Amino acid sequence: MRFILQMAWRDSRASRGRLLLYSLSIVLGIAALVSISSFGSNVRRGMDSEARGILGADLFVTAPAPLPAPVLDYLGSLGGTLARERIFSSMMTFTSSRHLRLVLVHAVQGDFPFYGKFETDPAGGSGLLRSGGNVVILEPTLLSQFGVRVGDEVKLGRSLFRVAGSIRKVPGESPGVAMMAPRAYIPMGALEATGLTGPEALARHRAMVRLPAGRDPDAVVREMKERFSALRLSFETVSERKRSLGQALDNLDGFLSLVGFIALVLGGIGVASALHAHIRGKIASVAVMRCLGASAAQSFSVYLVQGLGLGIAGAAAGAVLGVGVQKALPLLFQGLLPFDIDFFISWPDVARGAGAGVVICVLFSLLPLLAVRRIPPLAALRSSAADRAAGSPDPWRLAVVALITAAVAAFAVWQTGKLAVGLGFTAVLGLGFIVLAALGVLVSWSARRFAPRGFPYVLRQGLANLHRPNNRTVLLLVSLGLGTFLVVTLFLVRTTLLREIRGAGALGRPNLVFFDIQDDQMGALAEAAKAAGSPVIESAPIVTMKILSVRGVPVAKLLADKSERIPSWTLRREYRSTYRGAVTGTEKVVKGAFSGRADPAAGPVPVSVEEGLAEEMRLGVGDEIEWDVQGLPVHTRVGSVRSVEWRRMEPNFFVVFPEGVLEGAPKTYVAAVHADNAEASAQVQRAVVDDFPNVTAIDLKLVVETLDGIFSKVALAVQFMALFTVATGLIVLSGAILTGRHQRIRETVLLRTLGASRRQVSQIQLVEYGVLGVQAAVVGSLLAVAGNALLAQFVFHVNPVAPFGEVAAGMGVVTALTIATGFLAGRGITNHPPLEILRNEA
Amino acid sequence: MLRVQRLTKTYPTAGGPLTVLHEASFELSAGASMAIVGPSGSGKTTLLGLCAGLDRATSGSIELAGEVLDGLDEDARARVRNASVGFVFQNFQLIPTLTALENVLVPLELRGERGCEPQGRALLERVGLAARSHHYPVQLSGGEQQRVALARAFINAPKILFCDEPTGNLDEDTAASMVELIFGLNRERGTTLVMVTHNAELAARCERILRLKGGAVLPEGLAPAAR
Repeated sequence: MRFILQMAWRDSRASRGRLLLYSLSIVLGIAALVSISSFGSNVRRGMDSEARGILGADLFVTAPAPLPAPVLDYLGSLGGTLARERIFSSMMTFTSSRHLRLVLVHAVQGDFPFYGKFETDPAGGSGLLRSGGNVVILEPTLLSQFGVRVGDEVKLGRSLFRVAGSIRKVPGESPGVAMMAPRAYIPMGALEATGLTGPEALARHRAMVRLPAGRDPDAVVREMKERFSALRLSFETVSERKRSLGQALDNLDGFLSLVGFIALVLGGIGVASALHAHIRGKIASVAVMRCLGASAAQSFSVYLVQGLGLGIAGAAAGAVLGVGVQKALPLLFQGLLPFDIDFFISWPDVARGAGAGVVICVLFSLLPLLAVRRIPPLAALRSSAADRAAGSPDPWRLAVVALITAAVAAFAVWQTGKLAVGLGFTAVLGLGFIVLAALGVLVSWSARRFAPRGFPYVLRQGLANLHRPNNRTVLLLVSLGLGTFLVVTLFLVRTTLLREIRGAGALGRPNLVFFDIQDDQMGALAEAAKAAGSPVIESAPIVTMKILSVRGVPVAKLLADKSERIPSWTLRREYRSTYRGAVTGTEKVVKGAFSGRADPAAGPVPVSVEEGLAEEMRLGVGDEIEWDVQGLPVHTRVGSVRSVEWRRMEPNFFVVFPEGVLEGAPKTYVAAVHADNAEASAQVQRAVVDDFPNVTAIDLKLVVETLDGIFSKVALAVQFMALFTVATGLIVLSGAILTGRHQRIRETVLLRTLGASRRQVSQIQLVEYGVLGVQAAVVGSLLAVAGNALLAQFVFHVNPVAPFGEVAAGMGVVTALTIATGFLAGRGITNHPPLEILRNEA
Repeated sequence: MLRVQRLTKTYPTAGGPLTVLHEASFELSAGASMAIVGPSGSGKTTLLGLCAGLDRATSGSIELAGEVLDGLDEDARARVRNASVGFVFQNFQLIPTLTALENVLVPLELRGERGCEPQGRALLERVGLAARSHHYPVQLSGGEQQRVALARAFINAPKILFCDEPTGNLDEDTAASMVELIFGLNRERGTTLVMVTHNAELAARCERILRLKGGAVLPEGLAPAAR
């Protein structure tokens, strides 16, 4: 053992710097893993320490209608404290600029939050809210977006409110929620005067409860579920919120770790490649050691120790860098988490990341190191003996490849906690590797086979470098290509989704939708919209209803039956259905026949059900459903099943009734218009909302902005991790160039000795790195275009978009980075006179 | 000390099996010296490698220092080499990352021996390199590197020393002093010597000459001036 350690140390003398550089390949992968998992621990601890503050109360009880007296009495009897809240959407007018915006109004009453603090800017806003009066606390984005200042007035319904401040932190709400519709907090006492409390207003009613000490909120929930099973109440407790937050966190954490892990695997390949070159330089030394009596195991162990040392050095550096990166991560997740995070180093996570790094490094090192066992002592006499031995098949290599695959799969399964997902990840990663490696081989082969003889010398020499012995073409294509693939895919998915939504508003299609229009307002609203320059293109009546029974089985029985596999949300929800005589442009009947008119007296009414809902509820044509249409039972059967393009900004429905059935029921309308530009949109919104304050509007532009905001946050975190992969690719490139440096120097010196100018030598390098960079970029980008097309087709069900200019720009950046890295890593080779280099490198 | 019987080595090639050594047989007693000579490609280095246990023969038998090598696996042959064999190569084959002294000590360190530096220094002194013990191969001239290799070859007190063209990469004067050292040490320590060489003068200093041609051993004659 002493000999092995001593020899490993001595043998590394001339190459320690280079070995350390090889270890850099795995540093970024380890840093990614350490930072993500340690940050995850920070978040979990933050969640634990602020557990009650996450909800602000022990229990939330929410209902789609005012909470009935028995519920309130029961809650009152618990002996705790109660606060109330009514949450609904409404249009807010910013009087200074006359702009409008859909906001989520929270009308609050009582001493909420009971735990944690309602923080406002300036401080004290929540106190003003409790004191009552017409004050409002707004989402900070509203202040910046509409130039509103504290003290300004805004209009909600019929009332004017004075802005008392902006929200900094409210327990019970994730800031992410606010992205969909900015929040506005007002005192409950000021609500009545706004005129927004009519029976037609869709609102959630919430009781927030602080329980007396020792009372278990989950036990209270169990009791209430039993006692009030007929009511559609939903409950939330601290433990439940923690569970769902924890699960979301685990998913994100697991996914980001996998992205970071790709960097580590790439780094492993980089290490394997660098060690391969290192070992090739050691053949003579190993052969001599074997001649002098070293066993195959001893020689192998010497280099295994070096590989292990490399792994440990890389892991240590990666862990340090990871902790540094971890400090920066809260900036990326700002606004997505409902509580503050204190920075601390989670040593178990650091150890886990570093451990994964060492294991991957050693496993990948084994591939080139196995060759050491097979260097015969005869190679000291004849170098060809080593090549002969290396050429024969080695079953251990297959075993190591299997071990690496198993380790990668095990890590993926461990990270995701799901066998299928982990194995799927491994399979996709393996496929990516195989495709890129196969393309690398093809490129190398093509460079040899097809490089035209008539090309200028520098071009031919540069291309020849792609297929010469010990070339790194395959390795570089795999590492750079995979990095490019990941980053570009994320970018394209984002573009595809946003284009799809934006495209919905093009060519005169609706881009502004008005909701909650009362029956008697529809005509006047259409007039007002027309007068404002954006006439109503489409409108649909909406009748709210609930399911009473499916195929003759009452909903209560279906819900109670544990063996029933119909999701409860489909049975409990309030359906907002419409009626009309024909299908619209966004729909297609896939089963049965659509009925445009029916007579309820003639038997069950034939209704049309959306494809996804029919699947969830296991409904087929002919199945009967009984509805409670605001107190009246309506007997229907499934007449047809429709597919619906939900992404189109047009009124779409789960259930469509034929004409002749629902006309007499209380209903509201939804109307869609097309506004040519932002000004036209503001104008028609003002015209409508001034006259009909109960009507709310959703502007497509705002939806796009909101989705973009959410996507950008998540994509930024994912892209940040993917950048580790790209950077690893560049480090692998540097390593590959440096490992081939000796060979390059010999060639360059020979070329210079034969009269090549420095410029010519540089041009040869430019051609080589340029071709490599272009190929990695093109192949990676093409894979990304394919990946995006598959995701768009099968996951998002939209048309894929791959803007040529942007993909080409991405390719340009990758190519430029490759060339720049190549030149930086190879600098010094062309700048010195041949003799000087010969002396230094001999 | 060395008994070789009907030794044959055949390599598979694309054009069919290639026999580079055909049924070579000879014996060498302890303390004797023998030169293997012949034109390029005659099988000299192959024979040397087989005798030293660096490769396996296709057929035939080798007994080295009382051990029959035929049935031994590579690690067992490595132990035999470490215990009984010394090597000097044409291209010196020093490990570039080790100093002269460290290179010399490798065979003993492989055995796990400690505190053997004085032996190494003494041998370096014997070959005239006491002052260069901490120099790396790259800092030594060709002649100096070969002397370090010679010191390394004798550090494990080998029973037999194999030399492959030991002066092939050296100038005339350096080669001459190297030859004196090889034969001097060989005499001092009673080592058996097997040497592959193209140099007729050097071959002539050995007690026996084994001539090879086309992989076959030619009838043997005594060297004209065995000293």
